[in-house]
Amino acid sequence: MTHILNSDMLPFCKGCGHSLIAKSTEKALENMKLEALQVISVTDIGCHGIIDKSLNTHTVHGLHGRSAALGAGIALGIPEKAQKIIVFIGDGGATIGLQHIMEAARLNLDMTVIIHNNFLYGMTGGQTSGLTPTGFVTTTSAEGNPWNSYDLCSMAYDAGASYVARVTGMGDISETLEKAFRVQGFSMVEVMEICPSYGLKLNPKRKFSDIVASSGKELKEWVRQRPPFPSSQGKKVDNLFDSLPKIPKDFQSTLDKPLSIILSGSAGEGVQLAAGIISKAAIRSRLFATQKGSYPVTVGVGFSTAEINLSPEEIYFHGIGVPDIAIITSQDGLEHSKKRVEAMKQGTLYIDSSLPIPSTKANIVQYNFRESNPRDASLLSIFYFAKKTNIVPVDALIVTLEEEGKSSKSLLEKIEKI
Amino acid sequence: MQDANNLMLLDGSRIIIEAMARAGADSFIGYPITPANLLYQYAGQRMPVMLPAPDEITTLQWMSGMSVTGRLPITATSFPGFALMVESINMAYMMELPMVIILVQRLGPATGTATCGAQGDLSLLRGMISGGHPTPVLCTSSMEDCWTLSAKAVEIAVKLRTPVILLTSKEEVMTQKSFDLSVLSEIVPVVRKYYASAEPYQSYKPQGLVPEFLPVTQTMHQVRITASTHNQKGILQNTDEESMANTRRLEEKIRVSLPDYTFYEYTPKQGAKNLIVSFGITAEAAKDAQSQLTKKGIPVSLLIPKTLLPTPSIYLEIMEKYESVVIAEENINNQFSDMIYGLKKPKNHKFIGGLGKMITPQQIQEGIKS
Repeated sequence: MTHILNSDMLPFCKGCGHSLIAKSTEKALENMKLEALQVISVTDIGCHGIIDKSLNTHTVHGLHGRSAALGAGIALGIPEKAQKIIVFIGDGGATIGLQHIMEAARLNLDMTVIIHNNFLYGMTGGQTSGLTPTGFVTTTSAEGNPWNSYDLCSMAYDAGASYVARVTGMGDISETLEKAFRVQGFSMVEVMEICPSYGLKLNPKRKFSDIVASSGKELKEWVRQRPPFPSSQGKKVDNLFDSLPKIPKDFQSTLDKPLSIILSGSAGEGVQLAAGIISKAAIRSRLFATQKGSYPVTVGVGFSTAEINLSPEEIYFHGIGVPDIAIITSQDGLEHSKKRVEAMKQGTLYIDSSLPIPSTKANIVQYNFRESNPRDASLLSIFYFAKKTNIVPVDALIVTLEEEGKSSKSLLEKIEKI
Repeated sequence: MQDANNLMLLDGSRIIIEAMARAGADSFIGYPITPANLLYQYAGQRMPVMLPAPDEITTLQWMSGMSVTGRLPITATSFPGFALMVESINMAYMMELPMVIILVQRLGPATGTATCGAQGDLSLLRGMISGGHPTPVLCTSSMEDCWTLSAKAVEIAVKLRTPVILLTSKEEVMTQKSFDLSVLSEIVPVVRKYYASAEPYQSYKPQGLVPEFLPVTQTMHQVRITASTHNQKGILQNTDEESMANTRRLEEKIRVSLPDYTFYEYTPKQGAKNLIVSFGITAEAAKDAQSQLTKKGIPVSLLIPKTLLPTPSIYLEIMEKYESVVIAEENINNQFSDMIYGLKKPKNHKFIGGLGKMITPQQIQEGIKS
């Protein structure tokens, strides 16, 4: 059996609790009869991270504070849970990467996070961290830390962790670590320690037990029974194109040059649906088409505008400045497209009879698109346009409408009346 | 795609996700952001694994973790999300983890306008890796590119063990177009080759310029993956010779392999004195401008660069053949031209820019005529 650690000489300062964590981790894993390569150790930047080189396990050493997310990615990549994933992180890393820990706990990913809480940022010079107890002296709080600290354990448990424990880094903590490693799901152990280089020197007359007590954090376990993250996903399609209709070329358009259309109305009145119907009907009439929508971020209210290009030749540039055709079916639509309509020097404006006519040089055609049911206004307007111009055959529109399951007796009656 | 007539109305997002799935991408991690949401939606339907991350830093970290296990993850985002990813992309680059990031450009700075397209992120991509190391950036200019370059992005990511960026923009992934799928060629899935020797494995011992990959899911060999300066074994070092050679190799493997992934479209016209250079969404306007000018009896050549980074020298060689060059891109600071010429822009160079709206074929034509 290969030992978890490749040396008895660990790279930490004399008296540092990180050594105890490493040795207790080894003891716990070996007690579980785990081979070194059945373990994936994830570390990051901070004094704790230099354990990386002393490990015989697989090792992944990432960015400061991100090891919980990196470990989570590994857990997500090994759904069969064949290996034990252990994340080593410091107190500074735990706060910069707080979201990563909470997310892994929420999802109950099968991994263990060990927080090396030595109450300060050791690698960068002993500064106060989010886990520094109130009153604890650091290089950036000479009078003692005036602020409170996070209760990381309660937070992780509340987020959904299966097992959480807080211990002090004294004696042998392998029993607690083994409990955490044996959990099927997310487990976390916070180990409180004193940094011998900064914490001990700056707080010389204080007992460790007093400092732990002053933090106000309980040394205890939090346990719940909860199934680990399910690896199975919902049913997937094996081809994204299969769900789209193939469009036959079974009609013929009379269009002999590019034509740009804007269709502008209100949300909930079928603007984008109508644009899709006329675009597909145009394609089956042997035209090329492009279609794009524009609407407010609150998609259920206000204007809804569609831009459509039709052409007998392939369309590359699909932007529409001033359109050839504007079809306006509501006040929202008019307000949104008014400037473009006013800029029209030719072409045709189809506008609902209830709306004021904007100042434009386009030909104006009025029709009561909104009569009886405004929800059909956009669909009715494209049929009106087709009947008046024959650019897209009305029959192509009707067939497309039926194929999309959007045909109705009342709509067909209104189309008939045009 | 054997059907002779496979005509559909669809958007580039659908083509990109389908192409990447066929090329071998098996996981999508993401955080919703306009205008990349269709990619997210389609990935949910198509990718064997699709996971919603709580933010874009987590997105890249999860992707990296999955990549370490041998999965092939992709994501899609726009600048605000991409900015959060940058440090983690550096990590994945240093760790040499295959993955693809689809960057859908929108109007900045900052939140800007989420629903407005733009081409303003090229300069960011160029300097994204600390040290100035290049990352492969492929840029789509058509529906066919959404297919071909997406598959290539996945392939390069695996072959070079690196994150690859597929650069696109709002108008390319959200606009629906009539398109005949029959023109798309078959995509051959990328083959993952893992280290197979019984000799101890070293994660960063190069074979040629790229080290062989081995996932952490096996128990034969120890795998050491790290984002810190490291030797061939993957052990953190300071700046010793072996580690500096490794850091240099990261730059070299991307640069030296460039001929394998240099993609561009060059349409010279006989007698042309002018060249239009354009890429991404503006290349569509450039194609129209070229054909309209040709109809008017003004022959103009067109170069559409698709591999943007590292920048292939062939672009400059082509540009130097012409009396005048018009570069059209939807930004206000001439980012592509800066990359090619720096401060010393030649006098025969003209820039057509745009902000908040697509550059039109007319604008490009006027640039040629003037």
